[in-house]
Amino acid sequence: MSGEIALLIAATIASGTPLALAGLGLLVNEKAGVLNLGAEGMMLVAAIAGFAAAFHSGSQWLAFAAGAGAGMILAAGFGVLVIWLGTNQYATGLALSLFGFGFSAFVGVQYVGKKLGEHVSFAVPFLADIPFLGPALFRQHPLAYVAMLLAALLAWFLYRSRQGLVLRAIGESPDSAHSLGYGVRWIRLAAVVAGGALCGVAGAFLSVVYAPLWVEGLTAGRGWIALALTPFATWRPARVLLGAYLFGGVTMLQFQLQAAGVQISSQFLSMLPYLATIVVLVLISRNPAWIRINMPASLGKPFHPSA
Amino acid sequence: MNTAATGTVPRLRLTGIRKAYPSVVANDGVDLTVMPGEIHAVLGENGAGKSTLMKIIYGVVKPDAGEIRWEDRPVEIANPHAARALGIAMVFQHFSLFDTLTAAENVWLGLDRAQSLAEVTAGIRAKAAEYGLEVDPERPVHTLSVGERQRVEIVRALLAEPRLLILDEPTSVLTPQAVEKLFVTLRLLAERGCSILYISHKLDEIRALCHTCTVLRGGRVTGVADPRGETSAGLSRLMIGAEPPKLQHRPVERGPVALETRALSLERQDQFGVTLGAIDLQVHAGEVVGIAGVSGNGQQELLAALSGEDRRARPGSVMLLGVDVARASAGRRRRQGLHFVPEERLGRAAVPTMGLAHNLLLTRREPVRAGGWLDLRRMSAMAQAIIERYNVKAGGPASVARSLSGGNLQKYIVGREIDAKPKVLIVAQPTWGVDVGASAQIRAALLALRDAGCAVLVVSEELDELFEISDRLYVIARGRLSPPIGTSTATPERIGQWMSGLWAEAPGAAPMPGEVAHAPA
Amino acid sequence: MLRLEPRPQPSRAMSIASPVIALALTILIAGVLFVVLGKDPVRGLSMFFVEPLRNVRGLTEVALKATPLVLCALGLAVCYRANVWNIGAEGQFLLGAIAAGGVALYVTTQGIAAPQWAMTPVVLVAGMLGGMAWASITALARDRFNANEILVSLMLVYVAQQLLNYLVFGPWKDPQGFNFPQTKTFVAATLLPNLVPQSRLHIGFAIMLVLVAGFWVFMFRSWRGFQLQVGGLAPDAARYAGFSGRTALWTALLVSGGMAGLAGAMEAAGPLRQLTPHVSTGYGFTAIIVCFVGRLHPVGCLFAGVLLSMLLIGGELGQSRLGLPNALTGVFQGLLLFLLLACDTLIHYRVRWVRQHPTAVAS
Repeated sequence: MSGEIALLIAATIASGTPLALAGLGLLVNEKAGVLNLGAEGMMLVAAIAGFAAAFHSGSQWLAFAAGAGAGMILAAGFGVLVIWLGTNQYATGLALSLFGFGFSAFVGVQYVGKKLGEHVSFAVPFLADIPFLGPALFRQHPLAYVAMLLAALLAWFLYRSRQGLVLRAIGESPDSAHSLGYGVRWIRLAAVVAGGALCGVAGAFLSVVYAPLWVEGLTAGRGWIALALTPFATWRPARVLLGAYLFGGVTMLQFQLQAAGVQISSQFLSMLPYLATIVVLVLISRNPAWIRINMPASLGKPFHPSA
Repeated sequence: MNTAATGTVPRLRLTGIRKAYPSVVANDGVDLTVMPGEIHAVLGENGAGKSTLMKIIYGVVKPDAGEIRWEDRPVEIANPHAARALGIAMVFQHFSLFDTLTAAENVWLGLDRAQSLAEVTAGIRAKAAEYGLEVDPERPVHTLSVGERQRVEIVRALLAEPRLLILDEPTSVLTPQAVEKLFVTLRLLAERGCSILYISHKLDEIRALCHTCTVLRGGRVTGVADPRGETSAGLSRLMIGAEPPKLQHRPVERGPVALETRALSLERQDQFGVTLGAIDLQVHAGEVVGIAGVSGNGQQELLAALSGEDRRARPGSVMLLGVDVARASAGRRRRQGLHFVPEERLGRAAVPTMGLAHNLLLTRREPVRAGGWLDLRRMSAMAQAIIERYNVKAGGPASVARSLSGGNLQKYIVGREIDAKPKVLIVAQPTWGVDVGASAQIRAALLALRDAGCAVLVVSEELDELFEISDRLYVIARGRLSPPIGTSTATPERIGQWMSGLWAEAPGAAPMPGEVAHAPA
Repeated sequence: MLRLEPRPQPSRAMSIASPVIALALTILIAGVLFVVLGKDPVRGLSMFFVEPLRNVRGLTEVALKATPLVLCALGLAVCYRANVWNIGAEGQFLLGAIAAGGVALYVTTQGIAAPQWAMTPVVLVAGMLGGMAWASITALARDRFNANEILVSLMLVYVAQQLLNYLVFGPWKDPQGFNFPQTKTFVAATLLPNLVPQSRLHIGFAIMLVLVAGFWVFMFRSWRGFQLQVGGLAPDAARYAGFSGRTALWTALLVSGGMAGLAGAMEAAGPLRQLTPHVSTGYGFTAIIVCFVGRLHPVGCLFAGVLLSMLLIGGELGQSRLGLPNALTGVFQGLLLFLLLACDTLIHYRVRWVRQHPTAVAS
């Protein structure tokens, strides 16, 4: 029994890792005041880029690099449009998602049904042999630990470093930051590109490690769920991580319930993560004052330097 | 007392500065010379080009033409970093502080040198003590009063050991007592050799504080003078080209009470707001009542309760023409004759990207026919009539609101409301940012409305304006309203005292909320 | 170097030229893409822009595919102008199909005899109500709980897809259907009557045209339409004017949900005549693009709907005749939207060539 729970925990962490990576990337975006609705599109393009890279080279790490690169390029394009040309952030992000869906489907046609190499399993030496905790926590893919480390690093960066302070200031009031002489647009672009890189790694993780395969629309809405994570976590890195694991757990729940022979159709169980997202959104948004205190004040609004 | 000009080399010299924008030439061949240790005023009406000039000096804006010399060397100030490197510091009119960060973090952001947060915090305490400014570095900015925020801005500027300090309209948010304290600090700074550029349109202050005064009008320099040797009338003539226009004052023939609040109390909606406490206000038909007060003392909240944008008031606490409207919507109050001109023009009183004719529909319902059909021709005709009657310079009824200058848009908006023949008109900051000519027209229109029997309520930060057009005055401070006082018996000093909340309390009145918590501004 | 200068008044000319420029650029890139794929660019482009219009049958197919796109886009235009970001039109479309299909299936299986002129409207209205009901979940979430409508409406798309799957794989599956996930074919009385003989084009196309005119009137000549637009352009002004944000929200979502539901009903009761998991080929998402390319304007949506319908058909033709992957259509759609947004900046900004600004050196 405890072995089952340990496996469930491990599966939850694995399932939550891509959400965590994408969520942290979007957090950086939003702290700077930019809302990138193109997360789903970036993850999809990165997923196929990563899959293709892994397929042709046999290297997972090359795949992650390819995914990150794809995410960064798309994010940069989005950033230029939104930050310099001042296009509507919502519409441009949507355009990115729609484009990403079509583009990944197009490029991925030749990879449907293809298999990657041997499945590699990871284990942290010594720690992986601890009863219960070992299988639960220490047999994850390295990226799972990267995600946890990243959450800690981001927390330090945002709240203890000067650069993080600048980022938060820009997110709150780009006009004030601009009059202080900070390069608001370049810093925002950097945040957007960093976010794109992380979403890219998350997408590649899905296609190369988690699935591992490619079909059209592989991410199945995870990019959107990652967007819901940031307000759920009141824009704090540690809570993004927690939220990611929560959603990962809900996703795993459907398999557990099926395996346990629960008499609910598979389609309803598949609805669980999405319904959970709605419930979470409703619960956290109920108090508008709370959102106002925690949300970066300039989120979604365009910035036009007055010079 | 005058320790200025300790040398013949000017600290800053601008020659032939020019800056043009698509719709206006902000600076046209401006010369400016500031000596070391001098307190130099830049005087001009709103829109004269003062802010643009200061932005050029601080590197936020690049001039199209002209030369800048710093201590007799030609320089190019590419950005605020470069300005700060030269030793120029600036305190903006609208503070560039971040609400969710502490005072120390805010100052840290504004400094270029690599110091730790702890060092900056210690430095703030030291500098504040040196100049007698009360600043707590650890408090988040959103908990600070407006006066305290300005002190944070000033300390930030002082920490950079500036050689030139620019202050843009520093006293618009201060009570008269706080202004005096500020002047003490500035005189101390000047004695130590720092030059000060003091931007203002307040003649009395300039005459009390400054050694020299450069006057701007329409983007050009109309004169340089020593303000202590000039009269207010003389400076005013340089500033607006004529004596300030005198408005006729008729003896007041008041009618019955048209708008009234009875012990209006309202909890603030969020931590940045102000709670209103037991406000008793009366405006009679045929009179102009002014509400004075530094912004941030509850004006927005009171106006929202009166206009119907905030409907939480207790029933019976807001009465319009004898009818209880405390819970009534803005639309219903408008139908009963209450019209409102808010402080924000673009984005609230008018939709920036819609034409003037369409903007008419925000507060006027005449062109809406039965069944919800819009009569476009009537909208256009009504808008055209307002444009002509109030001398609005616009392309026509189809011009979008944001293509108009501030003054013209304000004329259109005020005209739109007056045209509705309201029984009560509430106006907030009627001439803020409006040029002199349009200001005079607007004030005259308000007085004409009063003479026609309307009840007019004006909320303004400009004491001069209130004294000019009001029959009676109230002062709002920290969410409470003073007793009324006739304009003829009021003095600026007394009003200044009241702006700190120090009016004589009626016996048995409750103490003001938060009185102990905040230090007086 | 190039610099963007704000225009004092938005340029009317650019407002119309921008989609044209974006389209031209898309065509250019498409041509390049064809060359890269080793196909003749002229032939490739003609698949998308010429072939679909070649004959009457082609035209009816374009009109047929344009109908659901335009219907959805009309509703979305109202939504977006009110600044309500309904992204879940796809889900509302599916619920419309489910509701309409449910009614039609009931009539079919129960053998209810009723004339077409009575039955079809019931089916269509059921579809509208289904779409409205689905959209009202989003409206409630935003109205009562301040939840972001983008995410809620989008999550509901995934839920709707699963719901359709459940019904079609489960209780509504045709027992004589060889275990395929599909319902019985609907009886003729519930279907939409044909508009052009020998084609699949039904009266839904005519209904759509009428609605285009109706929405134009609503948006630009009606008081309620004006209120919605003010709410979208300047929410503070709407509050000042006393316009109810709540009314605007519900109106926008119910209208767009109803239109998407109607479109879904027309698909189910029109060309498909049954429910399958593939009732929608992403119409709800493509409609978002139609809406933007159409400048959120009803007549613009009509033209944009025709254009994107051609792209959809072109994709199918390209696949069957040239061996190009069908997913190419999605690439072009996304590209078009991107380029459109970029070109739109020219409406509000002028491009100027500015020399390095003069250094502050004295005469």
